[in-house]
Amino acid sequence: MTGSEWLLLFSGVVAGATPILLAALGETLTEKAGVINLSLDGTILLAAMVAFAVAFETQSAVLGCIAACLVGALVAAAVGLFSLKLGQSQVAVGFVLTLTARDLAYFLGNPYARLHGPQFSSVPIPILSDIPVLGPVLFHHNWMVYAGLGMIVLCWAYIYRTPMGLRLRAVGEDPRAAFARGENPVRLQWIYTLCGGFLVGAAGAAFSLFVKPGWGRPQGAEGTGWIALALVIFGGWHPMRAAAGAYLFSFLQVLGIYFQGWIPTVPAQVFQVAPFPLMIFTLLIIAYAQRTAIPRKDRHRPRLKALLDVFSGAAPSALGKPLRPGSL
Amino acid sequence: MRIHPEPPPAVELVDIHKHYGPVNANQGITLRFRPGAIHGILGENGAGKSTLMKILAGFTQKTRGRIRIHGVDVDFRAPAAASRLGIGMLYQEPVDFPVLSVLENFMIGQTRGFRLHRKAFRERFESLCARLGFSLSPETPVRQLTPGERQQLEILRLLSMGTHVLILDEPTTGISSFQKETLFKALRTLAREGKAILLVSHKLEDMESLCDRVSVLRHGKVTGEMERPFDPNALLKMMFGSVPSPLKRPEMPAGAPVLILRDVSAPGDRSGLKACSVIIREKEVVALAGLEGSGQGVFLRLAAGLRVPVSGVLRLRDEGMGGKDGIAFQKKGVAFLPTARLEEGLIPGLSLLEHVALKYCRGFRVHWNVARDQAARHIRYFRIKGDPEMPVESLSGGNQQRLMLSFLPDAPALLLLEKPTRGLDFESALWVWDHLFRYREKNTAVVFSSSELEEIFMVADRILVFYEGAVIRDIRAADTDIHELGSAIAGKA
Amino acid sequence: MTKRHWKVFGLSLMGVFGFTTGILMLAGAPPMEAYGLLLKGSLGSGKKVGAVLTAWVPLTLCAVGLLYTFRIALWNIGVEGQMIMGAVFATAVLRFGVESRLPLFYLILAFPAAALGGGLWAMGAGLLKTKGGVHEIFAGLGLNFVAQGILLYLIFGPWKRPGVASMSGTAPFPPALWLSSVSGMRLSPEGVFLAAAALAVTVWMFRYGRLGLVFKAAGNNPTAVMLFGEKPGRYMILAMVLAGAFAGLAGSVQVAGVYHRLIPSISSNYGYLALLVVMLSNYRVALVPAVAFFFACLNVGGIQLPMVLKIDSSLAGVIQGAWVLAALAAVAWLRKEGRPEEAR
Repeated sequence: MTGSEWLLLFSGVVAGATPILLAALGETLTEKAGVINLSLDGTILLAAMVAFAVAFETQSAVLGCIAACLVGALVAAAVGLFSLKLGQSQVAVGFVLTLTARDLAYFLGNPYARLHGPQFSSVPIPILSDIPVLGPVLFHHNWMVYAGLGMIVLCWAYIYRTPMGLRLRAVGEDPRAAFARGENPVRLQWIYTLCGGFLVGAAGAAFSLFVKPGWGRPQGAEGTGWIALALVIFGGWHPMRAAAGAYLFSFLQVLGIYFQGWIPTVPAQVFQVAPFPLMIFTLLIIAYAQRTAIPRKDRHRPRLKALLDVFSGAAPSALGKPLRPGSL
Repeated sequence: MRIHPEPPPAVELVDIHKHYGPVNANQGITLRFRPGAIHGILGENGAGKSTLMKILAGFTQKTRGRIRIHGVDVDFRAPAAASRLGIGMLYQEPVDFPVLSVLENFMIGQTRGFRLHRKAFRERFESLCARLGFSLSPETPVRQLTPGERQQLEILRLLSMGTHVLILDEPTTGISSFQKETLFKALRTLAREGKAILLVSHKLEDMESLCDRVSVLRHGKVTGEMERPFDPNALLKMMFGSVPSPLKRPEMPAGAPVLILRDVSAPGDRSGLKACSVIIREKEVVALAGLEGSGQGVFLRLAAGLRVPVSGVLRLRDEGMGGKDGIAFQKKGVAFLPTARLEEGLIPGLSLLEHVALKYCRGFRVHWNVARDQAARHIRYFRIKGDPEMPVESLSGGNQQRLMLSFLPDAPALLLLEKPTRGLDFESALWVWDHLFRYREKNTAVVFSSSELEEIFMVADRILVFYEGAVIRDIRAADTDIHELGSAIAGKA
Repeated sequence: MTKRHWKVFGLSLMGVFGFTTGILMLAGAPPMEAYGLLLKGSLGSGKKVGAVLTAWVPLTLCAVGLLYTFRIALWNIGVEGQMIMGAVFATAVLRFGVESRLPLFYLILAFPAAALGGGLWAMGAGLLKTKGGVHEIFAGLGLNFVAQGILLYLIFGPWKRPGVASMSGTAPFPPALWLSSVSGMRLSPEGVFLAAAALAVTVWMFRYGRLGLVFKAAGNNPTAVMLFGEKPGRYMILAMVLAGAFAGLAGSVQVAGVYHRLIPSISSNYGYLALLVVMLSNYRVALVPAVAFFFACLNVGGIQLPMVLKIDSSLAGVIQGAWVLAALAAVAWLRKEGRPEEAR
């Protein structure tokens, strides 16, 4: 492969990572506040469908994107309603929603399959895109990709450098203690659930408006929601590490496409599927290595014990445990 | 002659009632607290003191009654509102965030806007520290602090937020006597500055040394109030209804070694267990004393096989138990009773009957009629009050304890009990010890941990004092007294 | 069913009805006609009912297996992959039987082989959890992806049809290797029997079997269960293996009784759907067959929707999911209504 082919490959990695990056960052916010939104996979599909449909009808990609973000927040609101307000298990609700949102996407998106619609076109940044290696890789994209890159820094700064981020971390650690300290944990959890959902919706828009433009059944975005979830958890709830994982996954996907051509004996479909288990198992191995280095802590909650065990120091301690309404 | 009218009390609780379903935690409590004084709320475990204070702090809602601050009726629904009125509470369970640093914990709840004004907060933190005589370093992660230091941090934070009614719930549990002195000095300083201090405790000696006035609660009601100087017997009578008498213990010489630890180390609690070498013999009643989390829990679990040592040798009688799990220990006659009943000892969601079946019906098929008979026997002998078909969480703490005790084997070689009387009223606690003493006749060695010095002296032959993961003293109860034990626990040799 | 159950049923039905009608109107389709099609398409004729039962069998088998893992508080999302591996193992065995003079032997052998395949696959996820400390959702998910990859590899690679690899799967098996079928339909009585037997065994196991009791105990408090002389990790693996075995059996029914070959969509999402079935049944064996039947009706009835009304058949999935959500909401809402002052 020539030099310019490598640059093209990496540029593709950066662009292709955008949806999963946005979803992972959004879910990081949600989980940092102590809420698990398992519906990512379905939400991304539903948002992608809505983005394309709205963009098609209005011929405006931006409107499509906004609509997608709202849809993402809407599904997240459903998670919030069932768990924060009604006290049901977040895992259960999230799982049902992921299936239902997906089916809803296929159902409502039927008329829009295989159509051509507006897309986001690339906007090279004036001076920066001329820098030798980094230019074409990082600065020759559409504004959503730039937004994604910016969000990484924004999320990190927010969580670790502002008072609001401090309160966010407090709520996720111990909502009762936060309540005793004068915070309103339920309200904060709602806010971050919705914000996270908003970003997940943007991830869906990123798919149907430039990464895998259009709509179909399947769309091609199937499975990325699960990867995003895995990234958040195995990345230790840190936006930078989640971002790194997103780029790694995108790299695996791009590699898969190239390998298809190089190893014709293995059916193409296998290469399409391969990045998913590869990613999950890479994460598992990293987590296992981390874990054996940390002495185990006793935990007495059966359902979430193993989910959090792997990341002893990093998990927001109250992750996934809804405050029973009235228990404060 | 000018007669100065008395200023209205800082806080008035008028006819406070609190129901939790059928449980009546507070039944018509009326109390007044004046500023500039230290007021004690004394009572046994379960008397309703914590509930009352949590209502005052806004953490819980009262069912009925009125609260007046400086003569004005107030109604608040959340701690945020209470703290705006100047009420702050130091809770028994920690309400801080171990993952974050001391300074970050200090800042939470006080910050506004977009910038974290670390420098300004740090200065405020350090000046408050100096004023009260605390020494805390702002960057330490809170999980590395001792309970006493976590308390100090919390007090600083409450003061920084403008608290002038400070409530402390059982503050002297789990702190060293040196830290207690620092705390008491700080509280006296605050009282001199005009704040109202409310101290909730079941420890008479704390009341005697610190408070100006004491109110006694029993079974949700106020049974009496007293000003300094105090008459301890009168207070005890208000607390218990009568003065408790110590337990009679027959003398029994120790037998053959049952549990042998040689240089055993393991992680856990705050500092793990470090190079512990101890021998426990048949018929001994051994108390594990020390501050919370000094290694007693690790010791008990190592002896039960629920934790694995990273170094050293552990033997039961003559058999090395390296690499064996809890089930193997059980087969060798070890029985463990954890303190967290619903988290470690019993199974929520399962009924009493199902627990019995789980324990005793080991075949492929469960014969429920056999299980029912067995359950009836347990209920009768251990006088457990509850419906066998209802989930076990519906039993009261005392009855859950009786249930767990009923599952102990008949003649274990080694009985390991973690705070066996935690949360029990006095009569239930006496019943528990009476039952446990009978095991000595079967050559059982009894090892228990406790934070109550009176209980330890009432019951134990031998005391092991744990400090920061090491056993620093191994003495016979007859050879020491409460004060010496108290200093040892605090780390003073 | 108690009065409360009927209330939940009624409320959730109303909720689903309202929601689905709204969605249909959003899609510009006539709601009443759609409902009618669903009804007619599933229960309209003997043949249709037969198709529903054909779908009911694998769904129920998977659901029964999941009852065990839910009892021990595990989220066995890997059930989809377990069904796939069961189908793969069954196909492998059946391939040996193609030229043989004793096809019945291989046909019968395919079933325990499938249970083995599914069970082993589930054990993988279980071991990752008990020894690796990884949450079963991610282990299961990863293995689902791997199973899918293996399936595709086999269908388009070593096991492909002679000539051209095709999306319609491997070469069909000769009729000697087929399960018997009710006249003219793909429904096999053996499948129904298997599902019914699975239900019966589970009812007994949960009521009288010690396994059922230990699963429940370990699910509620794995730490305490040690004090009663049982190791929770061992039972977790056992529950996973049982669930995988049932899912594997579902896979073999699909291969030997319905499609008579291995196809890329052999699991048809029955695994994930079974999770919904168990949730809607409130984790109780008694309700599983009925709920599975309702869901199968929706699946089968939905097939005609694209042809007649030009709407996507995933409406069935929307209804199923919405129903579970509505039930969750109804349960929570009723709980709040009847709740006395909370004790802490």
